[in-house]
Amino acid sequence: MSIKKAIKESRAYLCLECGKCTGSCPVSRFNHGYSPRLLVNKAIRSGQLELLKDKNIWACLTCKLCDERCPADIDYVNMTLAIRLEAQKIGEEAICSHGGAAQSLMRIMTTPDLQQKRMAWIDNDLKTTQSGETLYFVGCLPYFDVLFSDIEVNTLKAAKASVKILNHLGITPVVLPQERCCGHDLLWGGDLENFKKLAEHNINEIKRSGAKKVIFSCPEGYRTFKIDYPKYFECNFEVQHITELLAEALGNEQLKLKEMDKVVTFQDPCRLGRHLGIYEEPRKVISAVPELKLAEMVRNRKSAICCGVSAWMNCSTYSKSIQLARLKEAKQTAADMLVLSCPKCEIHFNCAMKDEKVGKDVKIETIQLVTLIADALIGG
Amino acid sequence: MNSQKAKFEPKIVAFCCNWCSYPAADGAGVSRLQYPTNIRIIRVMCGGRVTPSLVLKAFELGADGVLVATCHFEDCHYMFGARKAADVHKITEQLTEMIGIEKDRLMLDWISSAEATKFAKVAQEFTATIKKLGPSPIKKQMTGDKYQITEDIK
Ligand code: SF4
Ligand code: SF4
Repeated sequence: MSIKKAIKESRAYLCLECGKCTGSCPVSRFNHGYSPRLLVNKAIRSGQLELLKDKNIWACLTCKLCDERCPADIDYVNMTLAIRLEAQKIGEEAICSHGGAAQSLMRIMTTPDLQQKRMAWIDNDLKTTQSGETLYFVGCLPYFDVLFSDIEVNTLKAAKASVKILNHLGITPVVLPQERCCGHDLLWGGDLENFKKLAEHNINEIKRSGAKKVIFSCPEGYRTFKIDYPKYFECNFEVQHITELLAEALGNEQLKLKEMDKVVTFQDPCRLGRHLGIYEEPRKVISAVPELKLAEMVRNRKSAICCGVSAWMNCSTYSKSIQLARLKEAKQTAADMLVLSCPKCEIHFNCAMKDEKVGKDVKIETIQLVTLIADALIGG
Repeated sequence: MNSQKAKFEPKIVAFCCNWCSYPAADGAGVSRLQYPTNIRIIRVMCGGRVTPSLVLKAFELGADGVLVATCHFEDCHYMFGARKAADVHKITEQLTEMIGIEKDRLMLDWISSAEATKFAKVAQEFTATIKKLGPSPIKKQMTGDKYQITEDIK
């Protein structure tokens, strides 16, 4: 897509220069050199090269908060994506966090005959299969847990919990031994070529397994399969996030849950919330646990603040400030636990809390929604 | 098949630390010890700096093997650098194995600046191992302009 077309499609020329986007942007709040309003302005007025070479095009978290607030209904996030895809073509790229290790892993995964060993997390008490109706898409969790072993995250817990829940509902999900990264981070980093290779591989593997429905616990994978894959490929399967499935199962009274005398608060992941409009399902699931109380953060649902980094790019002191501000907000609800539903939120918040210099007022236990539910299941 | 394998000249990246392994390689040169030209040395200030990202990048761009060479624990220039290298290496190893790169393609060794002979020996043995393994599973299937530099040795 050319920049002109992107501007047209995102309706950027309707910008009123009201500045609401910059006023609500979590990045602009701390990084005063970044302003979505100015970038919209630049996209319309300046030369293409100047725009593509602007380092600020990589600073956006693509969290969509500005889109939510914009009175002119401008699709800033999609414009940013289109600009990044163009920028990559002339060799521009983001500053990758962790020395680009995550990006290297993803690009290595484009190798067609790769023989990954990524299934070690599947314990004996979890039932999975090689072919069947329903597939569970794990995502890059096995890699995350190794790469971030220094901050002691255990994102695979959510995968185990997801399979446990599916088993509980009488589903034995397919888990692909040669599943690839969904390509989300490469796409948002502007690398369309390798994104497509990963997508094609995943779609073929799913086709081969015979699955008609793919379940996700990772919101980024879900968004990528739901919105981005169909743009480039034909997908003959249904996709669903596990919270949607859980809400459905609760409606049919298929799940019995144990009491939990606790107060929790919930972090809306940007991909699940503003990108896909799933706000109520996770809340419905949380409120289904007897005695469990949900205390909302001041900024929730459509106004929720992102976890500070996106697509393993541009992690900086600004990210840390965003994370600490959000954690403080979570802490202010007086909740015992912060419930998450994205592996990246887990990594980013826990990384921020690991800093010895940050005080107690931001330290809060985190738990993935699926883990919370899997632990509360009666008759496991 | 056999004749093709015999012709295979692997590309091996060796990250050598400034204080021990790099001088060892230098020493090997000065003493005219022979070691295969497949080894491409990248000098780093400390083996502890060789994070998973550097090793993965090398494999992504078509390296057939990666050698990380640091000081011995006892005589590390930065005291903790060699230990750090060993810790980081454990993470790197897990990642490369998980993604399907054979274990033997990645090696960590400790070579002091006085051990020129050891450097030559490690280089010879590691090259022999990689030759036996053949081209890396990633390089074999690389496509696109980005990778043309490695085309000639496919
Ligand atoms: S998408 Fe989020 S990070 Fe990007 S400009 Fe909008 S509010 Fe800021
Ligand atoms: S909120 Fe919308 S109309 Fe207002 S400055 Fe930002 S992009 Fe323009």
